Amino acid sequence: MKELWELFKVFAQIGVLTFGGGYAMLPMIQEEIVDKRGWATDEEILDYYAIGQSTPGIISVNTATFIGYKRKGILGAIVATLGIVFPSIVIITVIAIFFDQFEHYQIVQHAFAGIRVAVAALILNAIISMWQKAVKDYLGIIIFVFSFVVVAFLDISPIWVVIISFLFGVIFKGKKVDVK
Amino acid sequence: MIYIKLFFVFFKIGLFSIGGGLATIPFLQELIDSYGWITSQELLDIIAISESTPGPIGINAATYVGYKTAGIFGGIIATMGIVAPSIIIISLIASYFRKVNEKPIVQNGFYTLRPAVIGLIGAAGFEVFKIALFNIDLFAQTHNFLNLFNIKAIILFGVILVLMKKVKLHPIVYIGLAAAVGIIFKY
Repeated sequence: MKELWELFKVFAQIGVLTFGGGYAMLPMIQEEIVDKRGWATDEEILDYYAIGQSTPGIISVNTATFIGYKRKGILGAIVATLGIVFPSIVIITVIAIFFDQFEHYQIVQHAFAGIRVAVAALILNAIISMWQKAVKDYLGIIIFVFSFVVVAFLDISPIWVVIISFLFGVIFKGKKVDVK
Repeated sequence: MIYIKLFFVFFKIGLFSIGGGLATIPFLQELIDSYGWITSQELLDIIAISESTPGPIGINAATYVGYKTAGIFGGIIATMGIVAPSIIIISLIASYFRKVNEKPIVQNGFYTLRPAVIGLIGAAGFEVFKIALFNIDLFAQTHNFLNLFNIKAIILFGVILVLMKKVKLHPIVYIGLAAAVGIIFKY
């Protein structure tokens, strides 16, 4: 019970701190799940992201469900998901009630413009630390560049990147794998 | 009964939107056309609010539409609807994951997949960079190269990066700090 409450609390906290979608959640997941609690490794988080990206549903919810399941089975999955959506329900309901006023608060807009800058810095920082775990050779660098360019500039669905790069490893990496 | 309908409509959205929260938007568009639960103007508002408030966009949109359609309880039901497919599908995958993950062939796949995921996150981060640090629209209008850079934002960005290197604080500290700077210096 205590562990379930902890799951709920951690994901509610991550939900509060996530501005703008699943990728913005990464720095929080790293801090709370990997560094502080050791519930998963950086590599596992990347794997969950890949799966969350290519299965139905919202990435951040999928990732929460995955970690919740790993901790406490189905119940853990449900609790973690409830945790991550809880702040949205509260905040959006309040905004929906007062929307007309909210929009005009200049001060809110200034704050959010500042927050976006912090989010950009946090994401860059998360990418740098993940990079050291995930990109281990020239092949990795090539795959990274390919994936970034294709999704950032060519408007191709990330699912194809996930499928192709996974199959690439399965087919070409063959038997000479030496994952440390 | 409106609650059951809300649940299943959002269940369907959760089931068919693969990828990020923005992938839910085409489905929300459908809500306008087939149910009339929200207007197109409201959809734009929802996207704007979702992107500037905490929480995943898809969840925020579900809560908002649910609330507009059937009050607070409607917001809760719509949100439960959109996350239900995730819980079912991911729990199924997670229950097999450990066994499957031990196979060398799968590990090979993940070995080449991880750099690609970093690329995906980089691409998503790139969108945030464009909005947070550059004035693309202003540059397009004026063609003045200096206008391209949001100097105030770039300074704050640099300060936060240095802070993160020097003292490792919880992410919320940087977010709070940036919000305060945004208000004080009118970002």
